[in-house]
Amino acid sequence: MKANPMQAEKPRLLRVLEWLTVISLAVALYLTFFYAPREAVMGEVQRVFYFHVASGWLGMMAFIIAAVAGIAYLSRRDMRWDVLAVACVEIGIIYAFINTASGSIWARPAWNTWWTWDPRLVTSTIMILVYIAYLMLRQGLEDPEQRARFGAVYSLVAAVTVPLTYFSIRIWRTLHPVVIGSGSPTAEGGFDMTSRMLVAFLFALLTFTFLGVTLIWQRYRLGQLNQHVEQLRAEVQD
Amino acid sequence: MPSYWSAVRAVLWKDLAVEWRSRQLLAAMLAFAVLVILIFNFSLELDAVARRTVAAGVLWSTFALAGTLGLNRSFVLEREGGALDGLLLAPVDRSAVFFGKLLANLLFLLILAIFTLPLYALLYNVNVFIPGPLLVTGLGMLGYVAAGTLLAAMASAARTRDLLLPMLLFPLVIPVLITAVRASSGFLSGLEMQYIWPSLNVLIAYDLIMLATAYMVFDFVVEE
Repeated sequence: MKANPMQAEKPRLLRVLEWLTVISLAVALYLTFFYAPREAVMGEVQRVFYFHVASGWLGMMAFIIAAVAGIAYLSRRDMRWDVLAVACVEIGIIYAFINTASGSIWARPAWNTWWTWDPRLVTSTIMILVYIAYLMLRQGLEDPEQRARFGAVYSLVAAVTVPLTYFSIRIWRTLHPVVIGSGSPTAEGGFDMTSRMLVAFLFALLTFTFLGVTLIWQRYRLGQLNQHVEQLRAEVQD
Repeated sequence: MPSYWSAVRAVLWKDLAVEWRSRQLLAAMLAFAVLVILIFNFSLELDAVARRTVAAGVLWSTFALAGTLGLNRSFVLEREGGALDGLLLAPVDRSAVFFGKLLANLLFLLILAIFTLPLYALLYNVNVFIPGPLLVTGLGMLGYVAAGTLLAAMASAARTRDLLLPMLLFPLVIPVLITAVRASSGFLSGLEMQYIWPSLNVLIAYDLIMLATAYMVFDFVVEE
């Protein structure tokens, strides 16, 4: 394969996205800390909600794209799908972890404990473990084609079992509040969003969508450049 | 061209014959299971009341841990002698190989249960021989080996094979462990069926979904 100079250059759309992300992150911070009102019962700690849900959204989005990319790889056999899947898994793990950690910070004052065996908490933690296992599986495999294939199969099987994990824990009652949609009567720490809170919340979701796309794109480019280096190295050795 | 079921039976028979001649795996699994039960006894301080409430949990932890020994061997043996390539050359649907392996692994686990359950009942004085928990044991083991056989096929190709399998398997069989433990402790403590059905339903759904998924993706795992 010939060297592709276009690949090394950063696409213009990505540059625009980077700036968009930086600016909207600044705005989201302002909205979270100054624009959104102080929640009456929980106080300042409720402000973690905006970034907590947004990072959870980013993590889920990344894992879903990873599963779709896995299916696309198995049917198309194009290595670019595999590079995308890995990019999504890595970013997804980080944001799922931020989601869990920030939830824990909120749970300490709201539930009076850092951790509880609630379906959402356990499911999201197991999801993180599943994708760490995904990375370990890949690390143990030498052949890039086999690595891509097994990775795709594993993320597919994981996508099937994670909802079942949720349902099997759901058989117990849940404690986690449902702010959007109907709340469970046993949930603790729920609240009604005022319109200002809603603005801050939706903007945080938008910001993290930009952030997610930017990060995944960067990691995807890095993966492709890595592959390119591998190819060049193999050519030199031949 | 042999029929599908005769191919499945042939693979099952081959695995049983290999085990019958060496008798290494079952002996290791049994000894390991006994050790795990003993370790639980010392680490949990199981008194008369606790024995009844944690019985299902201790048993399922034992099955899950001892089960990985068998699953690991299942494909590592094939890869070592290059025997897997031979198996795959056979002019049958490749999923027949998967189901043969699955049945062999399931049989090993059931034999483990046949020895472990009476031992547990004897050592802890809990009667586990009522239809409910036995049915749950069968259903749970089916789901466990369906996921386990598929993942063992992948793990055996990796450099870190034996280390990798539990890491890959345990997060994916958590639904089995939760529902099997809850359903069997429900039976053991004499709960009414309406409290047990939700767990049983999820367990049955897991078995069906995992069998179907493994059937669909096994071809991708063994294509070389």
